[in-house]
Amino acid sequence: MNFSEVFKQSNQLCKVSPDGKYLATCVQYRLVVRDVGTLQILQLYTCLDQISHMDWSSDSLFILCAMYKRGLVQVWSLEQPDWHCKIDEGSIGLVSSRWSPDGRHILNTTEFHLRVTVWSLCTKAVSYIKYPKACQKGIDFSRDGCYMALAERRDCKDFVSVFVCDDWHLLRHFETETQDLAGLEWSPNGCVLAVWDSCLEYKVLLYSLDGRLLSTYSAYEWSLGVKSVTWSPSSQFLAIGSYDEKVRILNHITWKKITQFEHPATISNTKAVVYKEVVKRPAVGSDDLSLHNITIGTTLFNTQSKYEICPTPVQLPVVKPDPDRANPKIGVSTVAFSSDSRYLATKNDNMANVVWVWDMQKMSLEAVLEQTSAVRCLQWDPRRPRLAVCTGNTKLYLWSPAGCVSVQVPTEGGFQVQSLNWHCSGDSLILLGKEQLCLCYMDHDQEDK
Amino acid sequence: MRESSSEVKDIRSSSVECRPSPMRQFSQSSLPLNRNYMLSDFCKEHNVQECRSHINQEVSSLGLQPVWTEASGSSEMNIIAVLNCMYDLIQLHHRGLRTLENMEVEQLKTSSNVDFLQLNATHLKEQLELSKRENTGLLERERQLQLKVKTLQNSLKNEKEEVQKLQNIISSRASQYNHEMKRKEREFNKLKERLNQLLVDKKEKKQAIDVLNSIGRADGKRSLWKTVKTEAKHEGEMYKTLLSDYDTRQRELLLENAELKKVLQQMKKDMVSILSSRKNALKEDKHQDAGIQADAEEEEEVFDSSKESVELYCDQAREKLTNNIRLQWRRLKSHVERLDSQASLAQRGENKNSDAVARETHEDEMDGLKLEIQQCKDFIQTQQHLLQQLSSPCDEETASLLSDCFMLQEKERFREEWKSLEEQRKIFERERRNFTEAAIRLSHERKAFEDDRALFLKHQFLSLSPFADTNKPQMTKSKSAFLISKTEASAETAPENLIKCRSGTTSPILRCVQLTPPPTDDLHRTFCLMPDKRSTKPKRKIDHGEESRISLNGNIPVQRKQWNDSEDQNSHSHPKEKTSSI
Repeated sequence: MNFSEVFKQSNQLCKVSPDGKYLATCVQYRLVVRDVGTLQILQLYTCLDQISHMDWSSDSLFILCAMYKRGLVQVWSLEQPDWHCKIDEGSIGLVSSRWSPDGRHILNTTEFHLRVTVWSLCTKAVSYIKYPKACQKGIDFSRDGCYMALAERRDCKDFVSVFVCDDWHLLRHFETETQDLAGLEWSPNGCVLAVWDSCLEYKVLLYSLDGRLLSTYSAYEWSLGVKSVTWSPSSQFLAIGSYDEKVRILNHITWKKITQFEHPATISNTKAVVYKEVVKRPAVGSDDLSLHNITIGTTLFNTQSKYEICPTPVQLPVVKPDPDRANPKIGVSTVAFSSDSRYLATKNDNMANVVWVWDMQKMSLEAVLEQTSAVRCLQWDPRRPRLAVCTGNTKLYLWSPAGCVSVQVPTEGGFQVQSLNWHCSGDSLILLGKEQLCLCYMDHDQEDK
Repeated sequence: MRESSSEVKDIRSSSVECRPSPMRQFSQSSLPLNRNYMLSDFCKEHNVQECRSHINQEVSSLGLQPVWTEASGSSEMNIIAVLNCMYDLIQLHHRGLRTLENMEVEQLKTSSNVDFLQLNATHLKEQLELSKRENTGLLERERQLQLKVKTLQNSLKNEKEEVQKLQNIISSRASQYNHEMKRKEREFNKLKERLNQLLVDKKEKKQAIDVLNSIGRADGKRSLWKTVKTEAKHEGEMYKTLLSDYDTRQRELLLENAELKKVLQQMKKDMVSILSSRKNALKEDKHQDAGIQADAEEEEEVFDSSKESVELYCDQAREKLTNNIRLQWRRLKSHVERLDSQASLAQRGENKNSDAVARETHEDEMDGLKLEIQQCKDFIQTQQHLLQQLSSPCDEETASLLSDCFMLQEKERFREEWKSLEEQRKIFERERRNFTEAAIRLSHERKAFEDDRALFLKHQFLSLSPFADTNKPQMTKSKSAFLISKTEASAETAPENLIKCRSGTTSPILRCVQLTPPPTDDLHRTFCLMPDKRSTKPKRKIDHGEESRISLNGNIPVQRKQWNDSEDQNSHSHPKEKTSSI
């Protein structure tokens, strides 16, 4: 495993182009595009203000930089560095900006969700979509880029509009049976739209592309409901994480529950492997321990850690949430399928140090990773069943069916991994610190293991 | 407690009062008689004749020999006859007294018994009272618990009502809240609309796009005008994607189905092979009945029919297929179960050789012991039941029971008394006989004495005469003199004794003590054949016995004192007696 040198970045804005060739990073008001292989700077663009959002177009030709405070969007062309485009939303404000799947339109959501403005880079035409709903996930494009589903709120009722992205033709418009729609997501094959209600009510609705209600699922009533919804890449399963610390898996034929994964504080399943991260501090004199550790960051962050396999039953650390506060830190907030739909990784918020990996073939718990600190981010390798985890320290953790490793990021000054992104090839990983980034290249030998 | 004790006291006092009444009557009636005898002026100079006849009459009425006979004609009283009569009378009197005393002792015994029983009864009553109180206590507790339950039920009901109320409140609040939210949202929407309008109308800072030059579409095509045609095309495309999705799904399902069918067929083949082998085995077995054979034939048919049906897809064929599979599966299952049972039987058979007998005996023994335990338990239960019944009867029942008991016991006691009296009667009879014999002897001796006197007189008379022979008659005289002194003494002691006894009759206890010494002893004493001191000893012994028996009673000290007094009297009286007799 190799690591690149450290580069600067701000706002954790750093993305690899969809074709995997370029790496775009934002540093304050500058946009830097590098070659992924050589890390040489290819282009450098200067925006009008500090960039708050950056995104690649689907064809990797254009880069969108949004400055929400100014209500501005600037678009840069990789092929024609002289070409420029500036979209000013004016005094109406801007809260969100995104590419349409074709890479020729930009969808801007104005402040207060007054409307969605669709700007065409081809014709300079502008069109508006009124009544967008301010919610967890109000807009979703189908994987093939043909359709866009938009959550709307009119007359205190929830609606879903399905647009054809090609010409923004409204294909379907239907009312949903929700109290307060919280999000929607297309199945990867683009034929089924999952819609879920706010956490006050456990309700998941499944609509066909043509607006027919296929099924409604509700596991329980009254207590807080859905926290996260994820489709498996094969569109075969719909995983619903909820506030009762369970993940329920629905099948794509009958839309009934196949199984549910519980997240108990004590793991008694003997078939699951429990990896526990054990920290070994380098030998430091006990008399100057505190002072030394604080003053010299490198020794503090260069602690050694490794995984030990604990024999079951294992007691996991649990934090009891404050019942009086809104959005309690409990329940499954992260649900992620591996690219081959074979594994499912979950995180339960009241056990923030633990990552659970489930086998979708056996429908059972496969592994448990107990970290020393709270898990910040986890992401599956887009090519292989390999999970990368970071916990805001100097280490990168990788799980694969073969085992579990903890890797120290060998950089000076204590590079704390806050977030990570896989390269689409699965060969490298972008590690994001607070103001830095570094690339991690995977060994092919290790992969084979 | 206090109530019961007072009751007991009442009973005791009443019984104490009741008991002595007949004795007192008796003693009172006997007292004047005594006085009469003591200070009698019955006989005087002038009415001797009348008195004599009267006494004669009385004596004859008592069945004794008359004091004198008219036939004799002599006016002189026959002293011997009088004395005899007197003696008889005294004996009669003694006898009567003794029976009376015996009866009184019995009476005492019975009274003490009664006391004891009453004490028992009071004890039982106390127990009853105690259990009653316990019962009431328990009842009270039960009542309290019921009250508690009731209050708890009430509180539960209240809580439920409260919950209902709160739920109502919540639902009403929720609806109100929803309503408010909707209102706010509407307002919010209006505001948004207004803002939108304002922003659109605003001139100075408009939304704008500034593009250097327009870029081509990603697909290189030109954008099309929105027409009905494009709409239809979109629809078509949508349905196409849907269709393709369904297509792929169907294909997947078909593939899966084919896979499953393959598995099914494989299973079927295996089953057929297994079942056919079994069928052959069955056919070989001659003992199997015809029913199974028919079954087997049917099975064969099933196998044949199922062969083609696998490839058919219509509903009927599918139904047939599943039915066949089900049938065969059932057969296989039964077959396997049979095999299983056979295997287990074989195993059991093996086991039997080793420890079957032991286990059987063990089980038998266990059963026997269990039965015994059950019986014992039943027995204990019945006993407890009976005990309970015994310990808690109602008052009337106890009263009747107690009275019955008393009656029975009294009967028993009377019978015993009767027996003892009978015995005493016999003893008296014997004594009487002895006495008569003694009297006969006495008369004989008297006759001899008479003869001796006659002889002596003759001798005296003759001594006056010149022929004197002194030796022989002196010897005879001394002998008879001795004899006569004895009889005199006995005659004297008897009245003395009598008087003492009469003086003692004022206390009923004294009489019963005097009754107890054996009559022969008394007789001996009367004849002064035994020393008088000895007679006190047996009395004492009996005293102790009485004492111990009476100690159960409540008012012993007084009685004991009486006892002692009487004893003292007795002991004092005897030396007197002696002195008088000597």
